[in-house]
Amino acid sequence: MDLYQELILEHYKRPVNVGLREPFDAEVHHVNPTCGDEVTLRVRVRGAGEDAIVEDVSYDATGCSISVASSSILAEEVTGHSVTEARATFEAMRSMLTSKGEDPGDEEAIGDGVALAGVAKYPARVKCALLSWMAFTDALHQSEGVNQ
Amino acid sequence: MSAPFTDEESARIRADFPILSRTVRGGHPLVYLDSGATSHKPRQVLDAERRFYEETNAAVHRGAHQLAEEATDAYERARETIAAFIGAQAAEVVFTRNATEALNLVTYAFTNGSAGGGGGHGDRFALGPGDEVLITEMEHHANLVPWQEACRRTGATLRWVPVTADGRLDLTDLDSLLTERTKVFAFTHVSNVLGTVIPVRELAERAHAVGALAVLDACQSVPHLPVDVTHLGVDLLAYSGHKMFGPLGVGVLWGRAELLDEMPVFLTGGSMIETVRMEGSTYAPAPQKFEAGVPVAAQAVGLAAACDYLTALGLDRVHAHEQALSERLLAGLATRPWVRVLGPDDLSERGGAVAFEVDGVHAHDVGQILDDRGVAVRVGHHCAWPLHRALGVQASTRASFAAYTTFGEVDALLEALDRVPAMFGLEVSA
Repeated sequence: MDLYQELILEHYKRPVNVGLREPFDAEVHHVNPTCGDEVTLRVRVRGAGEDAIVEDVSYDATGCSISVASSSILAEEVTGHSVTEARATFEAMRSMLTSKGEDPGDEEAIGDGVALAGVAKYPARVKCALLSWMAFTDALHQSEGVNQ
Repeated sequence: MSAPFTDEESARIRADFPILSRTVRGGHPLVYLDSGATSHKPRQVLDAERRFYEETNAAVHRGAHQLAEEATDAYERARETIAAFIGAQAAEVVFTRNATEALNLVTYAFTNGSAGGGGGHGDRFALGPGDEVLITEMEHHANLVPWQEACRRTGATLRWVPVTADGRLDLTDLDSLLTERTKVFAFTHVSNVLGTVIPVRELAERAHAVGALAVLDACQSVPHLPVDVTHLGVDLLAYSGHKMFGPLGVGVLWGRAELLDEMPVFLTGGSMIETVRMEGSTYAPAPQKFEAGVPVAAQAVGLAAACDYLTALGLDRVHAHEQALSERLLAGLATRPWVRVLGPDDLSERGGAVAFEVDGVHAHDVGQILDDRGVAVRVGHHCAWPLHRALGVQASTRASFAAYTTFGEVDALLEALDRVPAMFGLEVSA
C-alpha cells in the first residue's frame, strides 16, 4: 500500500513538537465529524505584517495515523517560517491533497508533506490529512486579530 | 434452533446479488461486511422496481386513468406485504423516505401536538416544560438528535439510560429515569454498533406502566430477525428499506391504528388532505395523512419484493446464519490479543454486527488496510458518537452481516486484519 509511507508512520509514532504550550495567540479546536478525529491547535506569532513569523505551533491531536502525521508534518514545516511562507505551504499541501493524485507534491514547498501524496487517491481520507492544516489557517486568522 | 445456510444455499443466495461478484482495489473479490450501513439488492427487488416503472408507472392516488389505478393498486399491495412482514395491518404502515424521516415524523408530531396543530387530538402527543423524553446512550443519531430538537422546541427535558462498560443498557436506575413525567421512551431494538439486542418487551411494559409511549428504532432488527409488532408491545416502530435488501429512498413508520389516528401530521401538502379551503384544511385518515406529496411507489414495490425475498429465506434462518457468522468472527478475534471487541460476550444477546478496536491503531487505518484486500467494513463512530464516548472509544471498526455473507468472508476479514500489527510495527505476542 503506497498510503502508509514509512515517513508517515514515523510522524504518527513520534509526532514533532506535540503538546499544548504557552504562550499562544490563538487556540482552535477542529473535528472530523465522520470519524471523530479531533485536534486542538495553538499558534504563537511574532511580529506583524510581512515580518510575521510562526514562532510556535503546539497541538493535541487524536485520530488516525494520517491525521496525526499530518499535524506533525505541519509543526515541522511551518514553525520558524514566516506567516507568508506558512500560508504558501498550506496552499501547496491543499493542492496536492485535493488533486486526486494529479499533483505529486513539491518537496521544496512541503518537505515531509510529500509522504502524504498517496492520500489524494483516497477521497475519504483527504479530510484526515487536511484537518490540522485547516485548524492552523483558522488559528493564524484569529491570531491576526490579536496582533493588530 | 434454525441452522445457518449451507454452502450450497449461500451460493444460490449470492447469485441473486449481482454486485457481490465484482472485484475491487486491483482485482480482490469484494468482501462486503457493511450491510449494517446498507445492504445490497437482489435481482428480484431490482426487477420489481424496474417492472413498476416499465409497466405501471403513474402518480399514486391521483388520476382516474388505467395506469393510475394500477400504480395505486401496486403501491397499496406493497403496503399489505410490508405490514404482514412485521405482523401488522396495512393501515398501520406509513411510508417515509427512510427511518430517519420516520423518527422525525414522530418527533415533529409531538412538536405540532404541543402547539395544538397538525390535526391530532387527545394529549398524548403534547410535550411541554416539566415533561420528559427518555432515550438511551446507545442510540443511533437518528433516534437521538430529533429528540434533542423536539425537547428544545417544546421545553421538555431529555434524559437517557446509560450504557454499561460491556455495552448493555444500565437499567439499574430506570425507576428514577422513567417516571410519570416521561411522555415517551424511545430506544433501539438492536444496537447498530455493538449488535446488542435490547429486551424490548420489558422496556415497553415499563414505559406503559408510567403512561409513556414506547418508540422503537428497528433498523437493525427487521432485516435480521423475525419481528412481530404484536409481540413487541411498542407503540411506534421505525425502520428503513435499504438495510433489508430494499431500494434506497423508502422507510417505514408503523404505529398502532388508534395512535396514528390521534397523531398530528408532520409533512403537509398534496395527498394527505381531506378538504382544503383558503381558511384552513382537514386531513385524511392515517396512513394517508402522513404521506404528503407523490408517494415513493416504485420503492415501496421494491421493498415489498425484498420482504418476499426475506420471507422465502426464512428470518429465523437469516438470524441463525448471522449469529453463526458472529460466533466465528468473535472466536477469531478472541485469539488476537491486540484486538478488543466492544459489546456483550454472550452471543445470545447479539445480532449480526461486531465492532472492535485494534490496540494503538485508529479504526480509519484498520479499515484502510482491510479495504486494500477488498474487505469493506465501517469505521468511525457509526452515527453513535455518545455510545463511543461512553465506552471510552474514539472510533471503532465494525463488521456487519446479511443473509448473503459467508464464513469464508469472515475468514478473509481475519486474514486481512493480521496485516495490521506488522504495518504499524506493533509488538504481537501470539
